[in-house]
Amino acid sequence: MFKKILIANRGEIACRVIKTARAMGIQTVAVYSDADKSTLHVQMADESVRIGPAPVAESYLDIDAIVAACNETNAEAVHPGYGFLSENEGFCQRLEEEGITFIGPPVKAIRAMGDKITSKRIADQAGVSTIPGYDGILADADDAVAKAADIGYPVMLKASAGGGGKGMRVARNDEECREGFERAANEARTSFGDDRILIEKFIEKPRHIEIQVMADSHGNTLYLWERECSLQRRHQKVVEEAPSPFLDEDTRKQMGEQAVMLARAVDYCSAGTVECIVDQERNFYFLEMNTRLQVEHPVTEMITGLDLVEMMIRVAAGEPLSVTQEDIQRNGWAMECRVYAEDPVRDFLPSIGRLSTCRPPYEELSSVRVDTGVKEGSEISMYYDPMIAKLITWGRDRNHAIAAMRDALDEYVIRGVRHNMNFLAALVGHPRFQAGDISTAFIEEEYPDGFLDTEVPVEEPALPIVVAGIVHRLYMDRAARISGQLPGHERRVQDSWIVIIQDVLHEITVKPYQADCGYRVDYDGVQYRVKTDWMFCQKLFHGSINSHRHNHRFCFQVSRKGIGYHLVHRGLRTDARVLTPMAAELYQTMPEKVPVDLTKYLLAPMPGLLVKLAVREGQEVKKGEELAVIEAMKMENVLRAPMDTVVARTVAKPGDSLMVDEVILEFSKVESV
Amino acid sequence: MQKIIEQLDAKREAACLGGGQERIDKQHAKGKLTARERIALFLDADSFEEWDMFVEHRCEDFGMAEQKVPGDGVVTGYGTVCGRLVFVFSQDFTVFGGSLSAAHAEKICKIMDHAIKVGAPVVGLNDSGGARIQEGVDALAGYADVFQRNVMASGVIPQISMIMGPCAGGAVYSPAMTDFIFMVKQTSYMFVTGPEVVKTVTHEQVTAEELGGAATHSGRSGVADLAFDNGVEALLMLRRFINFLPSSNREKPPTWPCHDAAERKEKSLDNLIPEDPNKPYDMKELVTKVLDDHDFFELQPDYAANIIIGMGRMQGSTVGIVANQPMVLAGCLDISSSCKAARFVRFCDAFNIPIITFVDVPGFLPGTSQEYGGIIKHGAKLLYAFAEATVPKVTLITRKAYGGAYDVMSSKHLRGDVNFAWPTAEIAVMGPKGAVEIIFRADSGNQELVRQRTEEYSTRFANPFVAGSRGFIDDVIMPHNTRTRICRSLAMLSNKKLENPWRKHGNIPL
Repeated sequence: MFKKILIANRGEIACRVIKTARAMGIQTVAVYSDADKSTLHVQMADESVRIGPAPVAESYLDIDAIVAACNETNAEAVHPGYGFLSENEGFCQRLEEEGITFIGPPVKAIRAMGDKITSKRIADQAGVSTIPGYDGILADADDAVAKAADIGYPVMLKASAGGGGKGMRVARNDEECREGFERAANEARTSFGDDRILIEKFIEKPRHIEIQVMADSHGNTLYLWERECSLQRRHQKVVEEAPSPFLDEDTRKQMGEQAVMLARAVDYCSAGTVECIVDQERNFYFLEMNTRLQVEHPVTEMITGLDLVEMMIRVAAGEPLSVTQEDIQRNGWAMECRVYAEDPVRDFLPSIGRLSTCRPPYEELSSVRVDTGVKEGSEISMYYDPMIAKLITWGRDRNHAIAAMRDALDEYVIRGVRHNMNFLAALVGHPRFQAGDISTAFIEEEYPDGFLDTEVPVEEPALPIVVAGIVHRLYMDRAARISGQLPGHERRVQDSWIVIIQDVLHEITVKPYQADCGYRVDYDGVQYRVKTDWMFCQKLFHGSINSHRHNHRFCFQVSRKGIGYHLVHRGLRTDARVLTPMAAELYQTMPEKVPVDLTKYLLAPMPGLLVKLAVREGQEVKKGEELAVIEAMKMENVLRAPMDTVVARTVAKPGDSLMVDEVILEFSKVESV
Repeated sequence: MQKIIEQLDAKREAACLGGGQERIDKQHAKGKLTARERIALFLDADSFEEWDMFVEHRCEDFGMAEQKVPGDGVVTGYGTVCGRLVFVFSQDFTVFGGSLSAAHAEKICKIMDHAIKVGAPVVGLNDSGGARIQEGVDALAGYADVFQRNVMASGVIPQISMIMGPCAGGAVYSPAMTDFIFMVKQTSYMFVTGPEVVKTVTHEQVTAEELGGAATHSGRSGVADLAFDNGVEALLMLRRFINFLPSSNREKPPTWPCHDAAERKEKSLDNLIPEDPNKPYDMKELVTKVLDDHDFFELQPDYAANIIIGMGRMQGSTVGIVANQPMVLAGCLDISSSCKAARFVRFCDAFNIPIITFVDVPGFLPGTSQEYGGIIKHGAKLLYAFAEATVPKVTLITRKAYGGAYDVMSSKHLRGDVNFAWPTAEIAVMGPKGAVEIIFRADSGNQELVRQRTEEYSTRFANPFVAGSRGFIDDVIMPHNTRTRICRSLAMLSNKKLENPWRKHGNIPL
């Protein structure tokens, strides 16, 4: 076994690999860029080596620097994690030359599977079912249109070197095909330095189901069941689970066996994933094989009880697999949510900054797992993927896994950057999701105009009202114990209150009902008994509620905001004011604040670089027309006209570094609908 | 007897109606509450003891003899906020536009006299068109009587003004002399001369809101300490604010039960200070993470934001916070921030509120506008205030403490009781680069030598050790222990006794 390995990655996956290595008694070396000097993965590793400045091309993608780090620290092997150099055959080759073991598949397998065209050919030959498409690289946009005509719309244009949704476009007609080709090629060039584009049939409402395979160098190849990753937003996976609620045993077995055949065809060794799309009739087609550890590998670990990283390390050290296909368990259900620093209500734009508060839920051995590379006080940097954590839960069946996930999301407190917790909560709380009725089009179908806060389902509308009432009562009870009161005229806290949420008044009474931290709340003809030991210094209000309608435990995130309280539960953010009936009546008479009209301006939705301004002053634009392009986090974001209007003035110019909400241009007239 | 009671009831009813239903409706239509509604919202339920409900004005001119309303446009008395005694006057805009007559002023003076005598805060809910012109010099005399009491009460009992309507001309000077001025957005304004006069004299076209609205005074002039969205929110927040204040200078600030452990560690503070010394960070994160329940009642958040002031609690007891904010103007001291903090420090000192000072200050803001504006005298105000203060003073240097600004920010030399530094603290006359430019001016042509010298200077001074070796820093503490160490220091200082020499009064550089 290795004495020391180097992890050529950062963030949560570096931390994840270090944990397993440490448990195996292997020393670890972290590498870091200047932006990551004091990050968690560096702190966790036994040693660390600086490999360059913040941009990935000069650090985490710098093969020379990483090889030098290996030599400097005498690391015998390298685990590449996912992304970065994990599927880079040049890197793999170089390590081989240097006599350093690559904890991953052989160069040949990476090369064979790294190219989409070659991999499809090999899959065809191995007897794996594949999607109809054109077997080659597109020459240009015209070629794309010609090939699309042969295949028939809709088609998918995708970067040959791609992955992770970058450089992928769907086209439904010639015009979209041309535009999609240009965009995909551009993104592929900036992301991968390779602008070769492929075309294939686009399958409507497919499910994305992938098979985890694991092979050793002794000819043993196993499949560790499937993962369903159908919940995707613009081809980025959002929620993953294992097993898939869609597969029957027959299909599952067929997919597993074909995946093993494919792995064998390229003499695969180490962990790999065979991604398939599955249509509504459970026909599955090979999509691609990822020759690395996947982001969503923990769900497989949770149901099989295996440690994939450990298996990868052992196999790389030449050990045979210690389990056979028959040993592979499929125990219960696991689910994973990707917690991102991005704003769901602003078209999921990345958010950067300091995590002033970051309190993950309590990890429980069998049911809650948090894979993260950050902690409270960490910085979400503009240079890298804005992932905060992967939240993984397990349950004895799908419903229990979902319930555990919903509780875990409730307890995850993040402040300082915008995050997608409300979106995740809405997804896992969605009836269609709960019924397993999903596809890769799910998010587009359910949130066609983007996600709004108001789309979070409200299941127990009384609960925020009851909790707000108790929080306020607790505040008042404490204030009533302030020193210096007039003897005999001490403050007495009343029981009747009005909770105002979004201008709606709810009458409640809140009374202590037991000496031990219990409250009785009457609301809307129902009596609720709530037990809690919450105190004002705590961010989480844990309680149990008992009425003829409810009987369960719950958790709210609570913070004070002016005279009111901000509550978060099940992704729902509630601003509640709790007033005396008299104050509530007067509050009703207060004039509403008129918000400032910002529709006159096009504002930068995120910090980034203005790479293109598509319009000039005085130009008439139609709703949906491209106005400007901002580059942030390596992604090009097109800003479009929100209505038919005229550009009155341009404020920013290409090349400008923009702050969030900075004015880019001003419109002169606003068409009223 | 029965007849008298009937008369009494009639008078009470008339007083409660103020200027009549029609005017009350008008007041409501403007989004404003009536004088009595305000008191009911502000005080504990059923705690209001009203005085002088039957006072009427004595003006006979201009037909005023026929127009008398019991109470004469102001409701006065006392009550409790969370059981604690507070005196209050609330001007009634529905009665003669809330204008101030001699009788109106006498009512205010009466409660102020009592408040000073018994040691309890006075809260003014202002909504007045100004002096009652029909009364002429009597009204002016009334103002002056109130002014005189404001001055006598200053530093003895807390005085708070809540501006809930117009407050113009001479009327502004009573709030101006109180400790805090709060305003309500859209419905309140304050100015010495109104838009009409401004137009005729300076030809400036300006609305009342632009000239003296809540946004103007909370953001631009710094006259107001806070601006609230509406009257209800304003009065409920005022209740919360009163909970921080002692009733008079004879008392310690109030305490309430605290469940937030003094030992609470905040690991994330260990990397609050960015690696790059020129990169800003949000000082408010430190402030909130140190205070009980992460609860900070900030004052003047939109004015001179390069310094942060406000109230919080440590182990259930009120503290005042003064902190440089590196996010704004790099946290340097300028005219506005010096004045803002100085006044707050003096308030805390007058009312026995311990002061916690968080320091990250690169110096005073350079420039002609600052020098012409008199930064010398204004900066000296903050220096004076800290030096004069005898309350417990705990200071923490997080990063930069350069030059004279280091001295000013509650340093050991100004009788700081406990002065801590984080390991990232740099206490020096100036930043390494500037220092080298001066000390080694001759080497300025030699880039390599300058770099070397800068590094030498950094190693020597960009740390807390030199100051520590002199005893100017009592201890270097780990950021995550900040709350614990400050709580302990405050507990140690709770019986601090320090007196300045007797004098009529000091001569602060005004």
